Amino acid sequence: MADTQINIEQIRSDFEILNQKVNGHQLVYFDNAASTQKPKVVSAAIADFYNNEYSNIHRGVHHFSELGTEKFEAVRGQVKHFLNAKYLEEIIFTSGTTASINLVADCFARDVLQKGDQVVISHLEHHSNIVPWQMACEKSGAELKVIGMTSSGELDYSDFEKLLNDKVKIIAINHVSNALGTINDIEKIISQAKALNIPVLIDGAQAVAHLKVDIQALGADFYCFSAHKLFGPTGVGVLYGKKEWLERLNPYMGGGDMINEVRFEKTTYNDLPHKFEAGTPNIAGVIGFGKALEYVSQISIENIKQAEAHLLDYATKKLSEIGDLEIKGVSDKKAAVISFVVNGLHPYDIGTLLNQYGIAVRTGHHCTQPIMEYFNISGTVRASFSFYNTTQEIDFFVEKLQKVIQMLK
Amino acid sequence: MASIQDIEAEIIEEFELFDDWMQKYEYIIDLGKELAVLDEQYKTEDNLVKGCQSRVWLTSQNTNGSIEFLADSDALITKGIVSLLVRVLSNQAPQAIVDAPLNFIETIGLKAHLSPNRANGLVSMIKKMKAYALANL
Repeated sequence: MADTQINIEQIRSDFEILNQKVNGHQLVYFDNAASTQKPKVVSAAIADFYNNEYSNIHRGVHHFSELGTEKFEAVRGQVKHFLNAKYLEEIIFTSGTTASINLVADCFARDVLQKGDQVVISHLEHHSNIVPWQMACEKSGAELKVIGMTSSGELDYSDFEKLLNDKVKIIAINHVSNALGTINDIEKIISQAKALNIPVLIDGAQAVAHLKVDIQALGADFYCFSAHKLFGPTGVGVLYGKKEWLERLNPYMGGGDMINEVRFEKTTYNDLPHKFEAGTPNIAGVIGFGKALEYVSQISIENIKQAEAHLLDYATKKLSEIGDLEIKGVSDKKAAVISFVVNGLHPYDIGTLLNQYGIAVRTGHHCTQPIMEYFNISGTVRASFSFYNTTQEIDFFVEKLQKVIQMLK
Repeated sequence: MASIQDIEAEIIEEFELFDDWMQKYEYIIDLGKELAVLDEQYKTEDNLVKGCQSRVWLTSQNTNGSIEFLADSDALITKGIVSLLVRVLSNQAPQAIVDAPLNFIETIGLKAHLSPNRANGLVSMIKKMKAYALANL
């Protein structure tokens, strides 16, 4: 497949950092699963807001407070459209995926979970979708159950079916595995959970930049993601929650913006979505995120998906030709992530030397220690691609990787 | 016995021979490969230097007031770097180890390994070695 739908030169010029030199070499940025780079329009929007339009939002009657509120709330509309959510008030702004998951886990611990209940997660989760649930279980006396994984890096769906019973009060699962790239069959999980009336939370941090999410078609009760993995700024996240659930749960944090009336005897809470947005939000970040969403929709997720599928295929073939290299996570449904080990070599050594060539990869356990334990390894080297990467960069990476392996042998 | 300063100067001189980073890293990797194997009995939780990416074990022996360090790592570059520390700080008096400024790390261009992001825990290794010395003052 040729990169027909995407004008790669144009796109790369939108990301200034891609012209940077690192250790004398042109930067090759293959750490997109950790965070994507930002197009110029995002930083420009943030700078413009701070320089020319800054003010706190909500309830200010003056010009810039109203303008800021309008811009901030418009982004909520963009997110609703991006996810195809039914209601605007189902979109809650948080500081990131981790905050979104913690919000739901903590509210569930307080309002839903009871002793003897069960919470189901999977072996493929990021620590951010494990630890909040462990904490929720500790608080409520519920029990944590874990869906197993297979050697190809997929969920063990038969194991999942065995775990389904009426004690399960929530299932929290990632859409795409950050460590291996596996795209989980969340449609199947959601539909089986629905049959038993069990709510499902999807950690979509690794999915939103790579595939189209239609939340109404999916039917997930909660969907969490971060702006910074979707070409937006850090410190902004989204929690989508079905209206019924968000209405049922009590506020997570108390403070400004989330109240209706405050009396010492009794405080009443604001309506959705503000009920879950205590305190001054990351206004500039959200406005920058709006630009990122606009940018993504101009290019279209479909084009991004195609370009990345091409990069993934290309890199998988090239890397498979290297002896002693083993790719971990070989599902045929994968996002553009390749995690690998080279027999006898420590990922840290490989990453350190690749950095000398200006190549940015991630090494280590990727906040997924249970997956590493499953494979009985301390970590992997992870190359994760975005649509602004090229096959030439992959060629350079593969060439230098071979050299690095030689040095370490 | 050469002083810490003398050994540091020796290492700096060795590294001056290299024209580029690759030779430097090749040398560090070789040092890692040459480091005496640490007996399995010393690879304990207590001897593990806290750091998340590569595992480093450090132990010491006090013989008549001079401290000998033994170390190992599962990553070669880390092992090479720790071998330099072992070379500089072994067989020295506890007070000299505690006082050692260890400027050579920066001089030979390994300063990046001192940044907090570097999960090899070079800073933690130095701390652990100095703590051994302190306990033997």
